[in-house]
Amino acid sequence: MRRLKGAVAPYLLILPGGLWLVVFFAVPLVYMASVSLMTGNLIDGFEQTWHWRNYTDGLDVYGDKFVRSLWYGLIATVACIALAYPAAYWIAFRAGRHKSTWLFMLLLPFFVSFVLRTIAWKLVLTDQGPVLGPLKSWHLLPKDFHVLDSGFAVVSGLTYNFLPFMVLPIYVALERVDHRVVEAAYDLYAGRFAAFRRVVLPLSLPGVFAGVIMTFVPVTSDYVNASVLGGPDNTMIGNVIQTEYFTNSEYATASALSFTLMALLLLGIFAYARALGTKDVLEAAGR
Amino acid sequence: MTETSPAPVRDDPEGTPAAVPAIELAGVRKSFQAYGETVHAVRDIDLTVHEGEFFSLLGPSGCGKTTTMRMIAGFEDPTEGAVYLHGEDVTGVPANKRDVNMVFQSYALFPHMSVFDNVAFGLRRRGVDKAETRKRVGAMLEIVDLTGREKRRPSELSGGQQQRVALARALVNRPRALLLDEPLGALDLKLRQAMQVELKRIQREVGITFVYVTHDQGEALTMSDRIAVMNDGGIEQLDTPRAIYERPASRFVAGFIGTSNLITGQITAVGGDGAEIGYGEGRIVVPLNGASRAVGDTVELTVRPEKIVIGGERPDRGSYTSATVAEVVYLGTSTSYLVTTAAGDDVTVFVQNATNADDIAERGSRVWLSWEPRHSYAIGTA
Repeated sequence: MRRLKGAVAPYLLILPGGLWLVVFFAVPLVYMASVSLMTGNLIDGFEQTWHWRNYTDGLDVYGDKFVRSLWYGLIATVACIALAYPAAYWIAFRAGRHKSTWLFMLLLPFFVSFVLRTIAWKLVLTDQGPVLGPLKSWHLLPKDFHVLDSGFAVVSGLTYNFLPFMVLPIYVALERVDHRVVEAAYDLYAGRFAAFRRVVLPLSLPGVFAGVIMTFVPVTSDYVNASVLGGPDNTMIGNVIQTEYFTNSEYATASALSFTLMALLLLGIFAYARALGTKDVLEAAGR
Repeated sequence: MTETSPAPVRDDPEGTPAAVPAIELAGVRKSFQAYGETVHAVRDIDLTVHEGEFFSLLGPSGCGKTTTMRMIAGFEDPTEGAVYLHGEDVTGVPANKRDVNMVFQSYALFPHMSVFDNVAFGLRRRGVDKAETRKRVGAMLEIVDLTGREKRRPSELSGGQQQRVALARALVNRPRALLLDEPLGALDLKLRQAMQVELKRIQREVGITFVYVTHDQGEALTMSDRIAVMNDGGIEQLDTPRAIYERPASRFVAGFIGTSNLITGQITAVGGDGAEIGYGEGRIVVPLNGASRAVGDTVELTVRPEKIVIGGERPDRGSYTSATVAEVVYLGTSTSYLVTTAAGDDVTVFVQNATNADDIAERGSRVWLSWEPRHSYAIGTA
């Protein structure tokens, strides 16, 4: 009896989460996949016609948006690493007993709505705003200089909004580095840089790896930053999907675009995992 | 303990004046601020470790032995005093610039590197070329019996193997001294005993000065050339294992090293080089080793449990007292008797089970304890 319970228990434990995923994730996903191959419009209704051209047409028309999204995602992810790593390092090794205070401050913006934060970022970057205004009046920047409605504004907004997703996994990885192992490196003639490069960095790479996945995916498919900060010339694929679905009611096209994006992201992540996610990389970094 | 430190005294009572000692601590003190109070982890220590010596820092946890070792390694700077390595003042020199290596308590192996890369780490940092690195790592792995496991990760090794990797990783650099911080603490008894022999062999083979930190007195006695017994941040006694065991300098040392019987009594007569103590229905004679004691002085003396003989007849010479057996514990190779003397001291006696298969006394029986005066030692008479 006890043995039976032991065998059943794991399944009982995943049952609630499993059901949730089946109903709210798997079913919609299959439904969307089916919609992506339909033809029709809102008035006459949609019909399943196995219309694969939804995919090829989507790539033909919006190829540049896909490229731009992946490009923005890449830059923002790299920028996130550059900003997050030193911050996480400092909190993990230097903040002492104020660690939790700093982590809380890092998460504080998350208590404000994502859209509102992005609009606030727009106010910060606006032509006569608190950043550009003074710089212009001190003649450090030309009068017609602007940041908004540019790719830079979108990428900086994306970086800002998703930074904590990069800091937290890196922080967790650094926090787990055994300080005695670092001492061992010093003991074996490593200077500060060598100890970091050969021991701390490789041991924290799994955190960077997790952070990249957690930022690259949502950043690439984001549409809020591009619509608030980017203006008409810097739209990302997320904006296209949103417009096709909610404005044009082209459900089939929007679904096909979504699946294409998903496939591209999965491909990118797999390639990345193949290249960087293995133990050999950590080993090579330590050598 | 006063707040002001005396001027560092550099005396060298043990070593020959010509030889430069491998490690020397002069008036070393380490203080921490904790909750607004100054805590002395190490109080004004002077010690000298000779070249090629197996030297142990022995003491209970919190006695300052690990802090002392970390100051030698360069992980802590002394609040006062100086550290010399081969005559050179290295106080304030960081760990990576000191020619000593450490074996950490938990090994602290690099988890992301293979055994080979772990051992090669120090050589690579020093820019030793590839062929030489491979040769020296290979030779070192052979000494610690890990040939063929070069590609394994530390997580794929047993505790004893990890221990040997840690040893190899430090020794491959041919340091002037090797510091070992309770390196056998995580191993089970059998493996620990095997590693004790192994460590001693390796030390002889490579001829490097070992400084060994441990709280295990058995380990320190077996392996060391000399032992510094530490307590409460200071050194209680610094001597050979035999001297520390036979002639403990303080009550603390007597209690910490092995099982010791402490007997307190008043001197009733002094003569020759010994003192007589009237003790219950018996008497105790203890050598004074040249120290001056007067009739009426109180002395604390120690007798090791294996030196005491249990008998049924009242002896007529040496030290003897009557006692009652409180407990008999059979230990296989020996039997341990816990007895209470007529004067009220609790005493442990070990009897080897060489010839007598049966217990020589039962619980509750009255017996006579006797020992030769030279086997007892009055604390404080060096």
